[in-house]
Amino acid sequence: MEIPYTVSNRPDTGLWNAKIGIWLFLASEVMLFGGLFSAYIFLRIDAPPGYWPHGLLNVPVGTLNTAILIASSVTVVLAWAALKMRRYNAYWWYMLATISCGVIFLTVKLAYEWPQKFEHFGAFIKPEALEKYESYLGNHHLEEKGLPARYEITGHLHNPQAWRDPNIKEYEVALDPVNADPTNPSMDRPHFLYVPPTDKVAKIEKEDVARAGMFTPDHSTYFATYFTITGLHGLHVLGGVLVFFYMWLPVSKKVYQRNPEHLANRVEVSGLFWHFVDLIWIFVFPLFYLL
Amino acid sequence: MNNPPDVSPDPAEHEEYAHNVAAHVNRYLIVGGILLFATGLTVALSYVDFGSRKANIAVALIVATFKVGLVAAIFMHLAAEKRLIYRVLLFTGLFVFALFWLTFLAWYDPVSR
Repeated sequence: MEIPYTVSNRPDTGLWNAKIGIWLFLASEVMLFGGLFSAYIFLRIDAPPGYWPHGLLNVPVGTLNTAILIASSVTVVLAWAALKMRRYNAYWWYMLATISCGVIFLTVKLAYEWPQKFEHFGAFIKPEALEKYESYLGNHHLEEKGLPARYEITGHLHNPQAWRDPNIKEYEVALDPVNADPTNPSMDRPHFLYVPPTDKVAKIEKEDVARAGMFTPDHSTYFATYFTITGLHGLHVLGGVLVFFYMWLPVSKKVYQRNPEHLANRVEVSGLFWHFVDLIWIFVFPLFYLL
Repeated sequence: MNNPPDVSPDPAEHEEYAHNVAAHVNRYLIVGGILLFATGLTVALSYVDFGSRKANIAVALIVATFKVGLVAAIFMHLAAEKRLIYRVLLFTGLFVFALFWLTFLAWYDPVSR
C-alpha cells in the first residue's frame, strides 16, 4: 500500500505528512533538552562559589566542532536545494560533505575530547585543609582581587593505584598550570589554548581531600551535566549521520528517479532534525566551554 | 517570503522555479558565514570582562539566541512557514516556559531553605 501525502499536501493540515510529523517530534525534543538545560541552570545556580569549574574544556577544539556543525547545516540545506533544482550529482556531494562533518564531529568528541577528560584528575580539598595547600591554590591572591576561591587541585595522577587502594595515603599529581603557578595573574582567568599539566608534582594527603576522581560524570555536577547533555547530543548526531547515509546510498537514487520531490522532502525533514541538533549545540558550546 | 515556492506540476514553470532556488542558495551561504563569524565572536567576547560573570553569560546567550534565530528562520524555513507549524511551536514554547518556571519554583522551595 502506498503511504499517502509524502509529496502532496493533506487537505486538512495543508502539509505533507512527514513535515508535520518531524515538527511534532522536534517539539518533544525541545522538551527533552529543555529538561536537561533546566537541570543545568538549577545545579549551576545552586553551586557554591568556586565549585562550578571554568576552563576545564578545550576551547579551540570546541570552536572547531561548532564550526563543523554549522558547515554541515549549510551543506544539508544545499543538498536539499540541489534536489529541488534536480541536480542529483551536486546533492550526492553535499550529502557526502554533511555525513563527513557529522563523522568528524563525533570522532573529535569520542576519540579526543572525552578520553582526555577520563585521564584528568581532580581533588577537592577539605575547607579546614585549604591553608595547607595554599601554594597550589593561591586563594590569598584571589581574595585580594575579589575573585572566587579555588577548592580543587587538578592535573595528571602519577599514582593511579592510589585512587582505589586505601593503603596508599596520598595522591601524587602532576599539576595543571593553574595549580603549579596559582598567583600568576595570567592564571586568574581560563586560557584560550589548552595547556597540558606541568612537571611539578604535588603530594596531596587523602585525609585532606573531600572527594577526588577523574573527570567523569561522578566528578561534579558540572561534568555530570556535561556528559549527559553532550552524550545525548552525540547520539542525535549519530542518528542524523545514519539517516543521511541511507539517503546517500544508491537505494535513494531509485526514490529520486521515481519522484524527485519525494527524496527532496525526505532530505528536508531529516535536514530539519539536523538543524535542530546544530541549534542545541549552539547553546551547549558557550554554556559548557566558555562560561 | 523566505522559502522557495512549492514545485509547480507544470514542467514549463520548473525552469523559473529552479532559478528561484538558486537565489536562495546564496542566502544560505551568507547565513552560514554569519554563523561562523558569530561563533568566533562568542569565543572572543567570553574573554572580555563585562564586569560580572552574569553579564558575560547574558552577552553569550544573546549571541547564541541570535544564531539560533538565524538557523530557525532561514535553514529551518520558519521565517515563512504554514500556520499549523507555528501553532505547534506556540504550544511547545508554552510548555517549555512552564518547565523552566518549575525550575525556579524549586529554587524558591521554602521547605529546604
